[in-house]
Amino acid sequence: MGVPIKVQVNGKTYERTVEPRTLLVHFLREELGLTGTNVGCETSLCGACTVMVDGKTVKSCTQLALQADGSSVTTIEGIADGDRLSAVQEGFWEKHGLQCGYCTPGMIMAATHLLSENPKPSEAEIRAGLKGNLCRCTGYHNIVEAVKYAAAKMA
Amino acid sequence: MSGKIGSAIKRREDPALITGRGRYTDDLKLPGMLHAAIVRSPHAHARIRGIDIAAAKASPGVHGVFTAEDVNAAGLPGMVPVGWLLPELKTPPHPILASEKVNHVGDAVAVVVADERYQARDAADLVEVDYEPLPASSNPKKTTEGAQQIHDEAPNNIAFDWEIGDRAKTDAAFAAAAHTVEVDLTNNRLIPFAIEPRAVIADYDGDRGAITVHMTTQNPHVHRLLMCLASLGFPEHKVRVVAPEVGGGFGSKIHHYADETIVCLCSIKLGRPVKWTATRTETNLTDAHGRDHVTHAELALDEGGKITGLRVETWANMGAYLSTFAPAVPTYLYGTLLSGQYDIPAIHAHVVGTFTNTCPVDAYRGAGRPEATFVVERLMHLAGEATGLGPAEIRRRNFVRPDAFPYETQVALTYDSGNYEPALDRALELVGYDALVAEQAERRKDRTRPQIGIGFSNFIEACGLAPSAVVGSLGAQAGQWESADVRVHPTGTVTVYTGSSSHGQGHETTFAQIVADKLGLEVDQVEVVHGDTDKVQFGMGTYGSRSAAVGGSAIARSVEKIVEKSKRIAAHLLEASAEDIDFAGGKFTVKGSPESSLGWADVTLQAYLAHNYPDDLEPGLSATTFYDPSNFTYPFGSHICVVEVDPETGNTRLLQYVAVDDVGNVINPMIVEGQVHGGLAQGIGQALWEGTAYDEQAQLLTGSLMDYALPKIHNLPMYTLDRTVTPCPHNPLGVKGVGEAGAIASPPAVVNAVLDALQPWGVRHLDMPLHAEKVWRATQA
Amino acid sequence: MYPAKFDYVRAHSIEEALQLLSQHEDAKLLAGGHSLIPMMKLRLAQPTTVIDIGRIDGLRGVRRISGDDGDTLQIGALTTHAELAASAELREHAPVIAEAAAAIGDAQVRHRGTIGGNIAHADPASDLPAALLAAGATVHLQGPSGTRTVPASAFFVDLLTTDLGMDELVTGVEVPVRGEGTGQAYLKFEHPASGYAVVGAAAAVSMRGGECTAASIYLNGVCATPLDGSAVAAKIAGTAADDATINAAVAALTAEDPLADVYASGEYRAHLAKVYAKRALKAARDRA
Ligand SMILES: Cc1cc2nc3c(=O)[nH]c(=O)nc-3n(C[C@H](O)[C@H](O)[C@H](O)COP(=O)(O)OP(=O)(O)OC[C@H]3O[C@@H](n4cnc5c(N)ncnc54)[C@H](O)[C@@H]3O)c2cc1C
Ligand code: FES
Ligand code: FES
Repeated sequence: MGVPIKVQVNGKTYERTVEPRTLLVHFLREELGLTGTNVGCETSLCGACTVMVDGKTVKSCTQLALQADGSSVTTIEGIADGDRLSAVQEGFWEKHGLQCGYCTPGMIMAATHLLSENPKPSEAEIRAGLKGNLCRCTGYHNIVEAVKYAAAKMA
Repeated sequence: MSGKIGSAIKRREDPALITGRGRYTDDLKLPGMLHAAIVRSPHAHARIRGIDIAAAKASPGVHGVFTAEDVNAAGLPGMVPVGWLLPELKTPPHPILASEKVNHVGDAVAVVVADERYQARDAADLVEVDYEPLPASSNPKKTTEGAQQIHDEAPNNIAFDWEIGDRAKTDAAFAAAAHTVEVDLTNNRLIPFAIEPRAVIADYDGDRGAITVHMTTQNPHVHRLLMCLASLGFPEHKVRVVAPEVGGGFGSKIHHYADETIVCLCSIKLGRPVKWTATRTETNLTDAHGRDHVTHAELALDEGGKITGLRVETWANMGAYLSTFAPAVPTYLYGTLLSGQYDIPAIHAHVVGTFTNTCPVDAYRGAGRPEATFVVERLMHLAGEATGLGPAEIRRRNFVRPDAFPYETQVALTYDSGNYEPALDRALELVGYDALVAEQAERRKDRTRPQIGIGFSNFIEACGLAPSAVVGSLGAQAGQWESADVRVHPTGTVTVYTGSSSHGQGHETTFAQIVADKLGLEVDQVEVVHGDTDKVQFGMGTYGSRSAAVGGSAIARSVEKIVEKSKRIAAHLLEASAEDIDFAGGKFTVKGSPESSLGWADVTLQAYLAHNYPDDLEPGLSATTFYDPSNFTYPFGSHICVVEVDPETGNTRLLQYVAVDDVGNVINPMIVEGQVHGGLAQGIGQALWEGTAYDEQAQLLTGSLMDYALPKIHNLPMYTLDRTVTPCPHNPLGVKGVGEAGAIASPPAVVNAVLDALQPWGVRHLDMPLHAEKVWRATQA
Repeated sequence: MYPAKFDYVRAHSIEEALQLLSQHEDAKLLAGGHSLIPMMKLRLAQPTTVIDIGRIDGLRGVRRISGDDGDTLQIGALTTHAELAASAELREHAPVIAEAAAAIGDAQVRHRGTIGGNIAHADPASDLPAALLAAGATVHLQGPSGTRTVPASAFFVDLLTTDLGMDELVTGVEVPVRGEGTGQAYLKFEHPASGYAVVGAAAAVSMRGGECTAASIYLNGVCATPLDGSAVAAKIAGTAADDATINAAVAALTAEDPLADVYASGEYRAHLAKVYAKRALKAARDRA
């Protein structure tokens, strides 16, 4: 029943066997104990589960763990450089881009990817780039500010 | 980090949350933990003929399948209680697991426990429930008009019939009015939609007969109390409720649901920890919804546009059962707010609370106050049109004047303070009103062009819930004080135990600022503990914009007591009298001889050494306060929203949103602004996108994000915020509360703006949400 | 949130995928998974076997091919929406497809969803179908008995139903290179909740010497299959395609059995179709 899988997560290689139906998000959370990635919906629309697979953001609730076999996955736990926060993490902290923090890991992953493709986004581009991520707390204003802060910092 | 009151320091809770180290309930894993899946009714109203659990029990990995029978067998009282009573309120029983009848889609009938969650779900699918469907109702008014009776206790599906104000006086005002305006409106039912779904982990310790419950709660002590009293029946000292990180609540995590006790039952039966995490579908079907009113409202005015009377008739949907605070929401939190910011000499409101076959309705961000503000501000918009005075002038003429405070309204509240006109002036200035009006006039010349609309909303809220004696006299089954236990350690650092329970509001930062400011410490020298009934003696939790005003005040009071005592210790050490000791910036000095001084830590250490110590003082330095405020607080504000409506599609685009709020003194402006932003988005969402729809069988048609539109980042503008400051006169911090302001003010601002844009078509009113089709149709009439 | 059990097999070639399809009853192909997995999470789909075709070599990317009837672009079935949106070839030669792909969902969805899966699933609220029609695309299929091509206009048969056989695979899409003087545009009225198209209009307008030589307009979201606006296009071809002509021409757009849901009635969708047809045609003309 279990199928072998080998993935690199945050630079570390894991070999496991999984049930085929295991979603990537459950693999990360339950199997690897990486609970920073959250689940907020059932219809692939909230983005709380966003991680990067081979450098691209995906909703880890909409991918089988087996589809990530052989891939390199980055989660919120792997974004900082040791104790040094990434510019995006710093931006969220500086600009109060989070309240309850539940959407935040996904937001940070989405923003990180956005800036990797577009280092100087306009406000509209930031909003378009994060449209797959819902936040019920912040009203988004400070999330936009956080991404602007990170863009400026990385420039 | 020094964090004086008023400084926008970064939040201390963030480092964990931005690195993925925050621990929410579903992140916790206890040794031997099993997973539960709850079997829920797919019918809105049905009799249960039988439940067959055999196949589920035999499913792989399953440890147990439980139904109502097991609740009784385990000796649990098994009832979900209601925590607020009204005169002649009908309180039909609400069993945690239904055995005879289900009353809404999502009503729980059984629970399955398995090794892991996929298996639990597999087995839940195998539980066979034989239902006999019954006719169902969902509309709060129509349910009273010959619909199938839902509870034996409640004829015509009426839960309560309540009124406030003076009917005769109000009728007389209408008889003599120069102008009247009226509106029929609904306040749309909303799904709270905290992004974290509800979750519970119960861990029963058979040897001690005790249970530990980790759960998504805004008020762990209230949850424990309600469980002990009605559903679980354990004595309180055998129950520990812990709120780990909580991913938003907005009211939905105040209430006591069947689920927490169902999970306890599983753990009791199996002797192992059991976790249940709601799927989004489940949480949307069962988290108490918000609003859902049908209202007829009328305003009477004299020649000069001065309001003479307000008459309101409301049907409020309670859903299938009375949720925890549900009866208070459309009554004491609604009827009492109908005076708004205005001097209204006669008001009468009549509210009928009704049962329907829908998810229970309870407090959701704003709770009653958004509904009241919507009624009042829609009427003000219409009155501005009817009198020709326009939206600003009609409001100016009716504001309670600044010299009239304390102002007693006709609906039981006494506004302690306020100054409404400066906020309106500032909002007009920020929005650039004159230029907008000119642009609007230009566009109106060509009705095919996108039209500009400008909407006003002047809101007041009564928050910081509030004197216990008052809420008790109104039916609350709980007090509304807050506790703070402030403990100073020998080395001078401080731990605060607060009964307030943060779920995103930043208590660990704000509360530390209060202490640091008053004791001259760094924020890092103050630890804030909350959300655990074993650590904090008792507390009422976080909701109703009460944390700073009540919880913060409790802390301030405890700190005052500590300062008092430490001055006496310092006086002893400095050989002066306590009255002659000044304490500032962490230093004790003797009046008139500044060279004679002691540091904070010198004194705190002495409090514990007690070697050289006043005879009449106990050692130690800590203080507990149960702060019970003398009144509500009354934040207010003036909001202006500017929209562009495309008449060809009916689509609305937000161009500007200006919010000038007066929340009293501000402890951390960054956090306060964040609260306003979030509230605004929720209110804008209610106005433009969010709205539940039920079909004829009371099936929720908008249960998922495929149909229920939360506000999204690309549909919202940057907000323009400012503040006026009218401190609360009756609490030690002068703070009023900010959590709900945005959600209260914004729906009428947005709706008034859209209707202003539709003025060329003569549209008087449209119900929320203002989906594009509705707006388009209004331009076709 | 928890799919039902299934067996998982990975195909490494088209042939292997076809063979696996024929061997397993009740099997489903899995490409990007962005239509299939959401349904499996809700247990609305419960295949017994999932055949992962996501790693088949050679089915990904956009290539320009010279042919007798002019050049075409070959788009592999596994090309993701993000790759379509970013493809320089598409943006230059069939921009309506790149634009429609960019309008899909959000960045995360576009990173996973594929053109093959999108059209095979044939959700009427999808963005790609009308764009393929406006661009004059053909769909390449392969089955046990070989390959065949179907014009996009014949591929979409009904709600969630295509001409694709149970034993066949979509291998790619072929699109003619846009002619000189041809402008294309995709405009979308997005559902505020799901982000799918309430209406999505794909237009192509060819202009020569101030005259419109050809026009086409197709719409997603309105009916079970992409709405064909040939009647509208016919009224524009041969004119200067000025605003007044386009405004008048869209009156000819009729939607039979329009879709309806809580958010938008059939009547409203039919109305929006006209508005978006008009706007897309004008945008395409302006780019011609
Ligand atoms: C949150 C979210 C938002 C979305 N928003 C939009 C939107 O706005 N617009 C839009 O157009 N789409 C949207 N989509 C759908 C998205 O475009 C999907 O990616 C697409 O519809 C399916 O492609 P896939 O590769 O993911 O297919 P899969 O999910 O893997 O497969 C879908 C179906 O097609 C079959 N299939 C897949 N590939 C082939 C093939 N090569 N040959 C034969 N059969 C095949 C499968 O068996 C399955 O039945 C959204 C999806 C999600 C999750
Ligand atoms: S959990 Fe909501 S998108 Fe993945
Ligand atoms: S911070 Fe709470 S959902 Fe975004």
